[in-house]
Amino acid sequence: MRSLKLFFLLSVGFFISCTSDDDDSRRVDSFDRGAMLANWADNIIIPSFENFVGFTNNLEDKTREFAASPSEASLEELRDAYRKSYIEYQTVGLYEVGTAAMYYRNFLNTYPVNVDAVGSKIETGDYNLELPSSYAEQGFPALDFLLYGLAETDAEILEFYTSDPNAATYRQYLTDVSERINVLTKNVLADWQNSFRDTFVANTSASTTGSVNIFTNDFVMYYETFLRSGKIGIPAGAFTGDPVPQNVEARFSGDLSKSLYLKALETVQDFFNGSHFNSNEQGLSYKQYLDHLNIVKAGEDLSGLVNTNFDQIRQQASNLDPNFVAQVQNDNSKMLNAFDLLQKNVVLLKVDMLQALSISVDYVDSDGD
Amino acid sequence: MRVSLSKYLNKTTEAAPLAVFRILFGLMMFISIVRFWLNGWIEKLYLSPKFFFSYYGFEWVKPLGDFTYLIFIVCALAALFIALGYRYRLAAITFFLSFTYIELMDKTTYLNHYYFISILAFLLIFLPANAYFSIDARKNSRLAFQEIPRWSIDSLKLLLGLVYFYAGLAKINSDWLLKAMPLKIWLPAKYDLPGLGGLLQQEWVHYFFSWSGMLYDLAIPFLLLYRRTRLFGFVLVVLFHVTTRILFPIGMFPYIMIVSSLIFFSPQLHHRILGILSAIFGIAKDKFDNGRTLIYRSLQKKLILAFFTLFFLIQLLFPWRYLLYPGELFWTEEGFRFSWRVMLMEKAGYAQFKIVNGNTGRWFYVRNSDFLTPFQEKQMATQPDFMLEYARFLADHFEKDGHEDIEVYVDSHVALNGRRSTPYINPEINLLDHQDSFEPKTFLLPFHGTIKGL
Repeated sequence: MRSLKLFFLLSVGFFISCTSDDDDSRRVDSFDRGAMLANWADNIIIPSFENFVGFTNNLEDKTREFAASPSEASLEELRDAYRKSYIEYQTVGLYEVGTAAMYYRNFLNTYPVNVDAVGSKIETGDYNLELPSSYAEQGFPALDFLLYGLAETDAEILEFYTSDPNAATYRQYLTDVSERINVLTKNVLADWQNSFRDTFVANTSASTTGSVNIFTNDFVMYYETFLRSGKIGIPAGAFTGDPVPQNVEARFSGDLSKSLYLKALETVQDFFNGSHFNSNEQGLSYKQYLDHLNIVKAGEDLSGLVNTNFDQIRQQASNLDPNFVAQVQNDNSKMLNAFDLLQKNVVLLKVDMLQALSISVDYVDSDGD
Repeated sequence: MRVSLSKYLNKTTEAAPLAVFRILFGLMMFISIVRFWLNGWIEKLYLSPKFFFSYYGFEWVKPLGDFTYLIFIVCALAALFIALGYRYRLAAITFFLSFTYIELMDKTTYLNHYYFISILAFLLIFLPANAYFSIDARKNSRLAFQEIPRWSIDSLKLLLGLVYFYAGLAKINSDWLLKAMPLKIWLPAKYDLPGLGGLLQQEWVHYFFSWSGMLYDLAIPFLLLYRRTRLFGFVLVVLFHVTTRILFPIGMFPYIMIVSSLIFFSPQLHHRILGILSAIFGIAKDKFDNGRTLIYRSLQKKLILAFFTLFFLIQLLFPWRYLLYPGELFWTEEGFRFSWRVMLMEKAGYAQFKIVNGNTGRWFYVRNSDFLTPFQEKQMATQPDFMLEYARFLADHFEKDGHEDIEVYVDSHVALNGRRSTPYINPEINLLDHQDSFEPKTFLLPFHGTIKGL
């Protein structure tokens, strides 16, 4: 019986000793994940889609106007709508959650666009944009090609929609692509506004099927695969050895690529910090979650490190050419430099943050689109 | 000493506890393998990966494509045969070999409890577990014994006790006891457990679990050994393992440990268990109560003594091999496996491999997902022996693709127990210049922290 008593004494003694020198400042209440999910949904994700849908509506309108009366003026207007909505797309590209958003990114932004396929589909007039096999023939990359890449000069491009034997199909295809961007976006927004918002916020489970777990995996994957690799690494040839200018996002649109990159970067950082969409207010997100856990662990200021890296990445981007095609062709080392800086936060987010949040990596990292 | 030892070796005891152990172990193993299959893990872990990480010296053990299923079938059947006590020796050998083969196929899946099963199965080959309440004993009365040498049951107790005690020793380190790491990371993440979730956020709970876990592991062999504390010990065993089952995804292991600890109980309890089984299955149990005692001949006894001494000497010493390596064990993991360091640390890493042409200096990064499953990548990124093997694999792969003068470098970061991630492998070192061996790995960068303790 002695060992039994000893064991009890030891555990009780320990129990008392460590509760008694616990000071109150370190006894923290549980972090409210439900509130974090609500902040994500109500103040970030849904407002982002509400904003974006205004742009896709305008994009579809401008496309129809151009298709009705193609001219240099209406082309310019359409291009302007395209550029603005492509940039705004970067504020929602991160949120591929919920059934309506499945493959949303694939349909809207798979690049490089398959130029040959687009050409031959317009030639035959036989296409179905709903097929997964048509990812690389629609979305913004297809608009990029159709509005900027068909020919060298604007006048020549305009001919495709006016005097070309397939001009009617060109106009139709262009309209269908814009319409599809708009429809898919409306679907995602409607899903969020109807039932998915509550499902998402209510699923506070700690398991791998919980919203926090799923979204966090998506978040890190987006940053690593779509931002780091897709926008910078792959065009810079980080995985192949040689620069691949044709893999630059919006490669036909001249100086759009850097704006897209910066907007995506801003979206990721704002999300990390819980910044409400288009506002200076902040709610609960990873920064607050990590800071909360840090009080428990008395560890390093991880959220501060992540933000410092983001700032450095942005600073470095000021050295980059607005046109990444020119950048990789003229001075690829700056692109590789950007990649290395982005990589620092892959480590902090994927290793340090996931460890702190005790979330396991479950996504299969796939090729950048 | 000599006299008392030989006296001890001549002691006998009832065979019933060993029979119960055999039956429950066999059944548990059968269930474990069926569960493994039904979870789709054979496909996921052994068929779909393109590459497998081998244990040093066991590079020849690989999954056999679709025949891998056959190994699992053989293993499951052997487990059933063990439970039934039918052709026991053959079944035990088959189980040990097939199970161990499975574990050696890819070290990505290494778990201490798989290793425990392997050595336990090995030990069982040499124990007369079919002497009682088995088909063997029923069919052949010459094999049937009611009493067996006492050491045969004690050896199981010793092995179990050793596993617990060493697991407890491993917890005597500053991270575990003074920082409550990694429980401070793991427990708050279980915030949604009904009733417990809120409590698990409390710092004192993290310390309580750390300390009580350590004390539990150290004390449990002794609590189970002494008659007066045995029941209390068993209650703790059940409580402890049920708690770990609730908190962590550790599969069948808690049940296996609970069932195994029954071996510490008196023969009476085991007779009662067998009595119930007899009633259910209509087995004439009294046929086994034949009063016969298994006595080994003198030479047999000597061989067995020598064998068990060697076995347990290795078991006692092997976990200490880490002392021969410089550097922090948790960081280098040299001597970490096969040492009962169970759920001891939270380690995560990221490794970006770079293939360089040594002549031209041209380079590119590797996308790990092209070659590894997420699980393999995760394990690879924190363990240097994995990285060496992977580097060689990459070199072979890219050589076949026509690349020349290949050098492989890795930029890797590892975070240990909530510390900030720091560089892990020297990025200036061509991994192809190093062979895997038991020598200390010189290409590791130092650990920036201190973990004191065993």
